[in-house]
Amino acid sequence: MTGIDWVLLVGRVILVFVALLISVLLYIWMERKVIADFQTRTGPMRAGPRGVLVTFADGLKLFFKESISPTNADRPVYLLAPIIATIPAFLAFSVIPFGAPVVIFGRTVPLQLADLNIGVLWVLAMTSIGVYAVVLAGWSSGSNYPLLGAVRSTAQMVSYEVAMSLALVAVIMFSGHLKMSEIVAQQDKVWNVIPQFPAFVVYLICALAEVNRPPFDLAEAESELVAGFHTEYSGIRFALFYLGEYVNTVTVSAIAVTLFLGGWRGWWPFHGAAAWLGPVLWFVLKVTAVIYVYILVRGTLPRMRYDRLMNFGWKYLIPFGLFWVLATGAIVVLPDRYGHRRGAFMAVGIIVAVWLVMSLVKQLLESPRPAPASREGLAT
Amino acid sequence: MPLDNIVFWVFAPISIASAIGMLLVRNAVHAALFLIVNFFCLAVFYLLLDAPFLFAVQIVVYAGAIMVLFLFVIMLLGVDSGVPIHERLLVQRPLAFLLGAAFVVEMFLAIRAGVGFATKAPAVFTANEGGNTQAVAKILFTQYFFPFEVTSVLLLVAAIAAMVLAHRKARTVTQAEIDAAAGEPDTEEMPVYGAEAAP
Repeated sequence: MTGIDWVLLVGRVILVFVALLISVLLYIWMERKVIADFQTRTGPMRAGPRGVLVTFADGLKLFFKESISPTNADRPVYLLAPIIATIPAFLAFSVIPFGAPVVIFGRTVPLQLADLNIGVLWVLAMTSIGVYAVVLAGWSSGSNYPLLGAVRSTAQMVSYEVAMSLALVAVIMFSGHLKMSEIVAQQDKVWNVIPQFPAFVVYLICALAEVNRPPFDLAEAESELVAGFHTEYSGIRFALFYLGEYVNTVTVSAIAVTLFLGGWRGWWPFHGAAAWLGPVLWFVLKVTAVIYVYILVRGTLPRMRYDRLMNFGWKYLIPFGLFWVLATGAIVVLPDRYGHRRGAFMAVGIIVAVWLVMSLVKQLLESPRPAPASREGLAT
Repeated sequence: MPLDNIVFWVFAPISIASAIGMLLVRNAVHAALFLIVNFFCLAVFYLLLDAPFLFAVQIVVYAGAIMVLFLFVIMLLGVDSGVPIHERLLVQRPLAFLLGAAFVVEMFLAIRAGVGFATKAPAVFTANEGGNTQAVAKILFTQYFFPFEVTSVLLLVAAIAAMVLAHRKARTVTQAEIDAAAGEPDTEEMPVYGAEAAP
């Protein structure tokens, strides 16, 4: 590696870091505006044009607020937890290609921090580290509400991680690659969302649960647990949790785009000097679309009850994920001359995916029945 | 110095320090955290030895899943069993010394024989041809297929056994019971989890 290579590498690191920070600022603003629109409010209006700087102002305020640590807290772990919440969120983004490779100084530079051979596995590894932030924050606060929130949220994240991995396994099997760039290259004709639609549905649901977003935000069910695992955090440390959560949301959306929606590929490629711009714009557009869907879900669905959440994860998503991995194996292995069989498999998969979504909606809409008798079942 | 060596010499002291720290700290959660750091260092060493698949699996499985469950158990149950630790570990202590000594001798012999010093033997590159993940998959599903499947059956048996031991039949509540319960104040105490685990 020569000097220019190092400069390019460091430049990309800074670019990704800053871009993620700015996207989080804009995205929180967008979420507040869209939710406000749903509820016929105006949302934040004061800071900047139409309130676009509101997140910046909030961040500034949090930065200057006093950081209190409770007497009961286990201090080293208490200070460590917000950092663990933020770092894996940024690291997970490093394998995502956000544009077509560009030529700078006669070198072909991929618009991606690291094109690891184990790209998808790296993402899984980083999500599994993210769980620690929740566990440690809840435990080290030395208070009951954070602990209960942490226990709930850990169980939820660990359970939904299994189903999410199964969805990713199906995509890996279908495309035959672990490298993110190869998976994008493989989608040049048909986006994976069409042949892998069931995996896409499972992934979207599990991603919501992984980042603790509504309707799966039981970790911070404010009516029951104050604010869940970060109840005792204030000031900059709380801001770090908040940042980590939203960076995670951007990251899971970017993964959905890369694995299922063709990555940076678009219909109207730009030419000439702006050739690099087109793919980046497409990528941003698609990520925004996925995030918009998540905001839509948040604005529409009520929070799930804990036992229903677990039921849905273990009795519907995981068995279905296993089934779809088997079906994908059959699709991949079956020879091409039985083309119509592939179609049959996809039809079956789509039917089951629709059934899956319907069962989720049914769980939410069902008239309240008496809860299961055992209290333990609810609390653990 | 090649980049590999720099990374190794950064992570080697961390891994040893975290291992020692794990043995020395009193708090069970801190010990678990040191163990996690150690697992990470191990993962980095796999990466240095051209085994990126093992690196990812080490993090996902050990650091990500198993240690989370460990922490979960420590958090929920606490670690105070009431009996002082030196009374519980009467048999373990001499056994630990014996096995520890055996391990030291083994390491010494291994280093003498030069087992650990053939860094990146050419055999690794030929075995990894076409990618480390593909190489692991190939060997796992051909040469070591039977042991691999037996291991998975063993794990399944363990999981089923745990479920049988821990499972309690859920009681169905009748409407009459609910009405009766609604009439009288709730006397059953909610268990407070982890109250004793917090420092």
